[in-house]
Amino acid sequence: MRNSVLALCAAAIAIPAFAAEIPLAERRSGYDFMSRETRTMQDDDTANPGMLWVLDGEALWKRKAGVADRACQDCHGDAGTSMKGVAARYPAFDAAHGRPVNLEQRVNACRVDRQKAPPLAHESRDLLALTAYVGRQSRGLPVAVPIDERTKPFLDAGRGTFFRRQGQLNLSCAQCHDDNWGKRLAGSVIPQGHPTGYPLYRLEWQGVGSLQRRLRNCIVGMRAQPYDFGAGEFVDLELYLMWRARGMKVETPGVRP
Amino acid sequence: MARALINVPAAAKRGEIIEIKALAQHNMETGYRRTQLGGLIPRDIIRQFVCTYNGVEVFRAEFHPAIAANPFIAFWTVAIESGTLAFTWTGDNGYSVNESKSISVG
Repeated sequence: MRNSVLALCAAAIAIPAFAAEIPLAERRSGYDFMSRETRTMQDDDTANPGMLWVLDGEALWKRKAGVADRACQDCHGDAGTSMKGVAARYPAFDAAHGRPVNLEQRVNACRVDRQKAPPLAHESRDLLALTAYVGRQSRGLPVAVPIDERTKPFLDAGRGTFFRRQGQLNLSCAQCHDDNWGKRLAGSVIPQGHPTGYPLYRLEWQGVGSLQRRLRNCIVGMRAQPYDFGAGEFVDLELYLMWRARGMKVETPGVRP
Repeated sequence: MARALINVPAAAKRGEIIEIKALAQHNMETGYRRTQLGGLIPRDIIRQFVCTYNGVEVFRAEFHPAIAANPFIAFWTVAIESGTLAFTWTGDNGYSVNESKSISVG
């Protein structure tokens, strides 16, 4: 008995407290861990159900809304040019908020300030459609969130969340996604956790969801209390994850099992 | 809530076997789920999908509650002549979507 306890202690000591981040060259999108069928689904725009949301977003982009009676298109013009590469830069620093905001918050700020319309609810069909449409314009472009002295503290806060053990299972994001990616958690492969395809169509959800919805899944799985949608902690974590995926290609709208 | 994505080759050789892919936007509410208060969510599904090729039916499918949301159907037919492939989805609560694609056969 005592020997086995000692052996366990020795094993625990042998595990490093913090593993290193994944080297840039070894990073892989969740796409690489999917079955051939699911990859085909994402690659073919007529088979990718996320495209239904993109088409809805295109219609919303052109539809006038709010007291100002303006459409996104009236200010931004053709999304194919004006929104190209935008999603690859988010979360981005917003002077009005004094902190980085994600794409959902950016869309809602535009709605409230410019269109004089009520903000769209998190995970509502319209907000997912608009962010999917804007995200689609960056497909194939490298993720490049600008990090400067204004965003650095938020990046560090997000990194802190990623490495902090939390919840009843006392797990950190890094323990799965840095240390054990490629292995299996029950039947599912643990991906590296790069947010390159969001908002994406998840077969399990039978619908499109945002990165924060996915993060809530993980946090609940760790038996921790998830942050509210749009919470600063979530956006900081998004910022860190995007920085961690810098240079990888945007896949929006992705498909995941 | 009534979009559809269809993939039909624009051109084909006569006698060639072509693959047709059709994806419809639909929640496919099973009718077996309940709300948090215990009330039954009524069934709302697509019941039938029909594809006609120049007016002749080439494929038909019946849908049931176990089929996932946004159902995707892929099937094959033989390219016989230039013309139109028409697609019809019908379902509960008056759901009806019609789409068509043209194909040139040479």
